[in-house]
Amino acid sequence: MLSRMPGDQPSRRTFTLGVAAAVTAFAVPATAALAQDQVQAWELAVRKIVGEAKPSEGKFALELPEIAENGNTVPFTVSVESPMTEKDHVKAIHVIATANPQPGVATFRLTPLSGKAAVSSRLRLARTQDVIGIAELSDGRFLMAKRPVKVTIGGCGG
Amino acid sequence: MTKPRIKLPESAKVGEVIEIKTLISHVMETGQRRGTDGNLVPRSIINNFTAKYAGAEVFKAELHPGISANPYLSFFMKVPGPGEFEFSWTEDGGKQITEKAKLNVV
Repeated sequence: MLSRMPGDQPSRRTFTLGVAAAVTAFAVPATAALAQDQVQAWELAVRKIVGEAKPSEGKFALELPEIAENGNTVPFTVSVESPMTEKDHVKAIHVIATANPQPGVATFRLTPLSGKAAVSSRLRLARTQDVIGIAELSDGRFLMAKRPVKVTIGGCGG
Repeated sequence: MTKPRIKLPESAKVGEVIEIKTLISHVMETGQRRGTDGNLVPRSIINNFTAKYAGAEVFKAELHPGISANPYLSFFMKVPGPGEFEFSWTEDGGKQITEKAKLNVV
């Protein structure tokens, strides 16, 4: 930083610079660590559902607005093309918000009585992020869909 | 929690797939928000919703703080015959509200 003669009083300017430098020095690793934690949180949430299975894409629609003006209430619909019979039905649909403090949003459990694998609700998004849907089928397979949502005003507290 | 609102079709035929809409007033406090005193407001949400028809489970939802206040849920059922719905919402702490609704099967 700035060199000073011993006994000099730090001027307001050098003090400000010093604080700014210190803040920057701390802020960078802190942000990086936070981002890493969040990535792990949603990845863990996905792994907890699918285990070692590789979810496939298609036959699964995750409907969300492209831009959500209010992150406190974002309408969404998840739907899977499925005959919903005893032999071939969707057992569960999971919704994960990748950058929320708690990524798990909801798990919907369906039955052959459901007749149609479609659920609508409203979720909170802390900021602009990807939302993931995972459908769990009766034959043990998984389907996955991902949608980016731009959030103008974040939900979740604050 | 207050009295929930439920929307069913006016009538339905056996084998028809119908949409069921439910809404209940609830703050769904996330536990992440700070109150005016600067302290975190403790989490208080509806964490579970169950829909049964004629005693059989049709649909269940496990809800987390990411679900908006006044949780709205829409889902479907293939009408197996005449019967009555039983919907229940469970709050953190175990408090439960149950609401019944008869389906007009023609």
